[in-house]
Amino acid sequence: MRSLTERAPKHAVLILATLVALAPIYIMVTAAFKTQQDFLAQPFAPLVHPTLAGFRTALSAQFPRWLLNSTFVTVSAVLLTLVLAATAAWGFAHWNWPGRDTVLAALVSLMVVPPVVLLVPLFVFGVKLGWISTFRLLILLYVGLMLPFSIYMLTNFFRTIPSSLIEAATIDGASSWTVFRRVVLPLSIAPLVTLAVVNLLYVWNELLLALVFLQDDAKKTLMVGITGFQSRYSLDIPVIMAGLTLATLPIVVLYIFGQRFFVRGLLAGAIKGE
Amino acid sequence: MKVQDRAAVTPEIAVPAPVARRRRRGRRAASFEPLLWMAPAIAVILFVFGYSLVDLFRSSLQDQGQWVGLENFKATISDPLFRTALLHNLRLLVVAVPVLVLLALLLSILLFETLRGWRFHRAVIFLPYILPIPVVAVVFGQILQLNGLLNQVLRAAGLDGLAIDWLGNPGWALWTMTGVIIWKELGFGVILLLARLLSMSAEPFEAARIDGAGFWQLHRRITAPLLKDIIAFYVVVEAITMVSWVFNYVYVMSNGQGGPGSSTMVTELYIYQTAFQFEAPQVAAAAAVILFAASLALIIVFFRLHRPEGAETS
Repeated sequence: MRSLTERAPKHAVLILATLVALAPIYIMVTAAFKTQQDFLAQPFAPLVHPTLAGFRTALSAQFPRWLLNSTFVTVSAVLLTLVLAATAAWGFAHWNWPGRDTVLAALVSLMVVPPVVLLVPLFVFGVKLGWISTFRLLILLYVGLMLPFSIYMLTNFFRTIPSSLIEAATIDGASSWTVFRRVVLPLSIAPLVTLAVVNLLYVWNELLLALVFLQDDAKKTLMVGITGFQSRYSLDIPVIMAGLTLATLPIVVLYIFGQRFFVRGLLAGAIKGE
Repeated sequence: MKVQDRAAVTPEIAVPAPVARRRRRGRRAASFEPLLWMAPAIAVILFVFGYSLVDLFRSSLQDQGQWVGLENFKATISDPLFRTALLHNLRLLVVAVPVLVLLALLLSILLFETLRGWRFHRAVIFLPYILPIPVVAVVFGQILQLNGLLNQVLRAAGLDGLAIDWLGNPGWALWTMTGVIIWKELGFGVILLLARLLSMSAEPFEAARIDGAGFWQLHRRITAPLLKDIIAFYVVVEAITMVSWVFNYVYVMSNGQGGPGSSTMVTELYIYQTAFQFEAPQVAAAAAVILFAASLALIIVFFRLHRPEGAETS
C-alpha cells in the first residue's frame, strides 16, 4: 500500500542511527585484534592480521586482579541487595501498618539523591573506621544505593500476588516466613532476575564510588583500572581497546541473554503508578 | 511492570471490597513483625542516606568544627569555578534534553512504523545505553583526538576545516561531551517511547491516516500528545542525569581535570576536587547541598507535572 519512496527515507534514518550506535563499538572490538601498525594504517578495516597480542599485554598487567575485584564486589553487592530488598518488600506488601505509604514514598524519593552528595560524609566515616580500600564499605554503599528502587519494585510486584494464594497457605497454618519462602519467592523469579540484571549493570559500570573508596592499587575495580589504562598505554591503542573489550564483554553477554529483563527493569521505573 | 501484565495477575481487582478490607485489618494485628522483616534494609538505608545527609548539612554549616552559618555557601557561590561548573550543567540540560527527546521520538516512531527488522535495530540502538561509561569515554577519547579517526574521515572527505581538536579546544570540549552523552543516553528514550507505542491501540493512528494526515502532521498532532506522560518521565530522568550524573564522562574524557582549562568542569567534579584534591571539605559540602537542592527541585517539578493524570494511583 505504501510506496517505496515513502519507506526509503525511514529505513535510511534507521540504518544511519544503527551505524552511529555501532561505529565506536566496532572500532573498539576490531582495534583490539590488530597490531598498532595495522591499526594506524587501516583503522576501519575489519581485521587485517588478527592477533591476540593486545589481549595478552592487557591481561599481563593487573587486569585479572581488577576483573576479580569487580566480580567479587558486583556479585556480593547484588546478592545482598536482593535478599534485603525481598525481605523488606515483604514487610511492605504483606502487612498494612500505619505510615506505610509515607515510608514507601520517602524511599522512592531517595532514588534521586546523587551519590556524589553522600561522598564526603561517607568518606570521613570510612576513614574513622579504617575502612577505606576495603570491599565491605564499598559493597555496603552499593547495597544502600540500590535498595530504594529494589524495594519499591518488589513491593509493587508482591502486591500483585493473588491474595487467595497467600490466604490458602495461612489457613493451612503456615507462618509468614513459610508463606514468603514457599509461595511468594517461587512466584517472583522473573522480577528478581530483572532486578539482579539491572543492579549488576549498575555496580559493574560504577566509577565514582569505586574511585574514592578503593585507593589501594590491588583493590581497584575494572572501571577504575581502565580509566588509568588510557594514560599508561596511550601509545598502544590495541592494548587499551583489548582491555575495554574484556571489560565490556560480561555486560554484553548479560544483555544478549537477558534483553527482555533489561527492558522490563528499565520500564519498571517508568510505568510505576499506572 | 507493564500495565497489562499487572491487570492479568491481579485478581484482587475482582475481590469484593469488604473481603479485602477484612484481610487487611486481620494483618495489622501483628504489628512488630513487618519491622523485623524490614530492619536490615532500613538500617543500611539509614546509614547510607540518613547519616550522610544529616552529616552533610551539619558540615556545610561548619568549618573545622566551628559553626560558621552560611559562610561556606557564600564562599562556594562566589567561587567562579563553581559558577562555571553549575553553568555547564545547565548548558548540558538545556541542550541535551531537547535533542534527546526529539531524536528518541523520531527513532521510536520510525521503529514502530517500520516493522521489518525493528528488533535488530532496537537492540543495536539500545546497546550504547548499557555500556560502561568509562569504556565509552575512553573509546570516544581515542576517536575524537586531533589525529583520531573522526578527523581522518573528515580530512579524507575534504572537510579539513571541520577537523578540529574536539576535546582539546576549550570552546568545543563541552559540546563534544554533550554529543557523547547524547549518543549514550538516547537508547533509553527509544526503548521507553517504543514500549508505550506498542502498548497503544492502533485506532487513533488509523483514523488520522484515513483522514489523509501526513507523517509530520500525524505524529505532531496525534502521537506526541499521546506520549506526553512518558516523555515527561524521560525529560525528568535525563534532566537529573545532566545535573548530577555526568561525572563519569567528564572525569574520564578530561583525565580528571575538567579541562582544557575549566571548559568541562561540572558540579560533581567540583565537589570531588574540592573534597579530595584541594582538601576543602566544607566547601564541597556546601556545593553538595546546592546540588542536592537542585535535584530535589527537578523532582518536585516532575510531580507537579504528573499529579493531574496519575493522582488516583500509587
